[in-house]
Amino acid sequence: MSASTASPDQTPDDGVVVPRRGGTTWRRLKRNRLSVAGLIVLAIVVLLALLAPVLPLIDPAATNPANRLQPIGSEGHLLGTDHLGRDLLSRLIWGGRTSLSVGVFATLIAASIGSLIGLIAGFFGGATDNSLMRGIDVLMAFPYLLLAIALVAVLGPGLVNAMIAISIVNIPFFARAVRGTTVSLVASEYVDAARALAFSRLRILFREVLPNVMPTIIITMSTTVGWMITETAGLSFLGLGAQPPTSDWGAMLGAGREFITRAPHVMIVPGSAIFLVVISLNFLGDGLRDALDPRLK
Amino acid sequence: MRAYVVRRGLQVIPVTFGVTLLVFAMMLLIPGDPARAILGSYATPENVATLERQLALDRPPHIQYVTWLGNVVTGDFGRSYSLNRPVLDEILERFSATLLLAGTALLITVVLGLTAGIIAAVKQHRWQDRAFTVGALVGLSIPSFWLAMIFIVVFALGLGWFPTSGMRPAFGPSGPLTVLHHLVLPATALALVAAGVIARLTRSSMLEVLRQDYVRTATSKGITRQSVIMRHAFRNAVVNVVPVIGVQVGFLLGGAVYVETVFGWPGIGRMLVTAIGTRDILLVQGGVLLVAITYVLINLAADLVQAALDPRIRLG
Repeated sequence: MSASTASPDQTPDDGVVVPRRGGTTWRRLKRNRLSVAGLIVLAIVVLLALLAPVLPLIDPAATNPANRLQPIGSEGHLLGTDHLGRDLLSRLIWGGRTSLSVGVFATLIAASIGSLIGLIAGFFGGATDNSLMRGIDVLMAFPYLLLAIALVAVLGPGLVNAMIAISIVNIPFFARAVRGTTVSLVASEYVDAARALAFSRLRILFREVLPNVMPTIIITMSTTVGWMITETAGLSFLGLGAQPPTSDWGAMLGAGREFITRAPHVMIVPGSAIFLVVISLNFLGDGLRDALDPRLK
Repeated sequence: MRAYVVRRGLQVIPVTFGVTLLVFAMMLLIPGDPARAILGSYATPENVATLERQLALDRPPHIQYVTWLGNVVTGDFGRSYSLNRPVLDEILERFSATLLLAGTALLITVVLGLTAGIIAAVKQHRWQDRAFTVGALVGLSIPSFWLAMIFIVVFALGLGWFPTSGMRPAFGPSGPLTVLHHLVLPATALALVAAGVIARLTRSSMLEVLRQDYVRTATSKGITRQSVIMRHAFRNAVVNVVPVIGVQVGFLLGGAVYVETVFGWPGIGRMLVTAIGTRDILLVQGGVLLVAITYVLINLAADLVQAALDPRIRLG
C-alpha cells in the first residue's frame, strides 16, 4: 500500500507540511504484529468467500448419503462430510459468504442508525438529547441477546430478521460512543468558527462534525462486528436465523450438534471458522483502536 | 450516600417504564390477531372473544397497556396455551434454574477475571501478562455455544469427568456435590467470555492506578508489595470494574440461552427458544420482562456498590 510511506500533503494556502492522517494510522497499525496477522487471516477468509463461485468446489447442497459423516482428510473431502454427505469445505466457504455478509450488513445498519442518533443527540443537546438517549437506555436495559431473541419472536425466525434484530441490539453502542465524541467536538473552536461563518446546522453537523467522529465510529465498528457475526451465527444455531436450504456457520453448528458423539468434526469445523474470524477481528480492532486514538493506549 | 441512592434509584423508574412499554409492544407488533396468538390455533371464537374483552383488545392501545400493566403488577402474566399452566409459575421455575447457572458463572467470571487482570497488570510485559492478555482475548472471541459443545466433547464424552447434560435443582434431593457436578461445564462455558472482558478491564484499570503517585508513596513508605497492590491499588482499580460486572450479568443472562440449549438446562433461555417455536407469545413476553427487570435491578445494585466504594461518585 502506498499510503504506508506517509506522503506529506501540502496544504494550499499556508504551505505547512502535515502528515497524511491515513498514512499515520496505517503505519501505527503495521507496528502491531497481532493486528497484521488478524488482517491477513481476514483477507484470506474474505477472499475465499468472495471467490466461492469460481473456486473448484463441490456443490455445497449435493447430498451423498452413502458418504455421510466422513472424517477430516478423507478422500475428495478435505474437511470431511456432514450427516447428509455434503462436503464440509464447500459448505464452510459458502456458509462463510452468508455469515460474513450478514455480520457486515448488521454492522453497517447498526453503525448508520446508531451514529445518526448519537450525532443528533450530541449536537442538538437539550430535550432532543434527553429523549433520544432515554430511548437508548431502554434498549440497554435488556440483556443483549435477550432483546435480539424477543425481536426475532416478533419478526419471526429467518436470516434477515435475525440480522435486523442483531443490528437493533447494537445501535446503543454506536449512539453512546458517537454522542460522547460529538458533545466534546461541539464545544471545540472549529465548530464555533463554522457557526461564526453562519454555516447551516446541517452543514456543520455533516461536514464539520461527522468527519471527526469517524474514528469513533470505526473503532466501535471494529469492536462490535465480531459480536455481530457471533450473535447472528448464534441465532442460526438456535434455529432462529438461517433456515434451510440457506446455511451459515451457525446453522452448520446447529446441525453438527446432533452428531457430536459420532462425528464431532462436523461442529468443530464451522465453530473454528467463527472463532478464527472473531479473534482476528479482535486483534485487528485492538490495533486499530491504538492507531486511531493513541490516547487510549 | 442517601442522596445518591435516591437519585440513582429514581432513574430506574423511566427505564422500567420503557421496558414494560417495549415488552407490551411485542404483542401489538406480532402479525395477526393477538388473542388468537395467545390462545393458539385451536381456540374457539367464543374463547377468543372473551379474552379480547379481558385484555381490552377491543380498546385503544393505551387502555390495553394499562390493563396489561395492571395484570402484570398483580402477578397475572396470563396462561400459556402450549403448556396449559400460568405463565408466572413457569417463568419463575425456569428462572430459578437460570439464576443457578448464571450466578455460578458470575462467580467464575469475577474470580477469574479479577485474578487474571491483577496478575497481568502486576507482571506487565512479563510472560504472565502476555499469557493472560492472549487468554482473555481468546476467551472473549470463542462463541459460547461452540465452547459448550467442545466442553462436552472433551470433558464429558472424552474424559468422562462430567455429565453431558441435565441439571439438579439447588435445593432438591441431590446433594450439593451432584448439583455442582452438573454445573461445572455449563457455568464455565458461559463464564469465559465475560471473564475475558473483566480481565482486560481489570488489567488496564490496575495499570492506570499503579502509575499513580500515591502508589509510589505507599511503596516508598516500606509497605509490603502485596499490601500496596491489594489495599492501595486494587481497591481503586475495582471501582471502574464493578459497573462493568453489572453489564456482564446481562451477557450471562443472554448467553445462558445458548448454554442452556447445548446442555439441556431447563432455564428460561431454553424456554424462550421453545416458546418462539410454538409461537407462545405470552411465555416469551413474561420471560423477557422478568429477565429484563432483574437486569435493571442488578445494574442498579452495581452502581450503588460502585458509589459505596468511591465517594467521588456519590458526591459528584
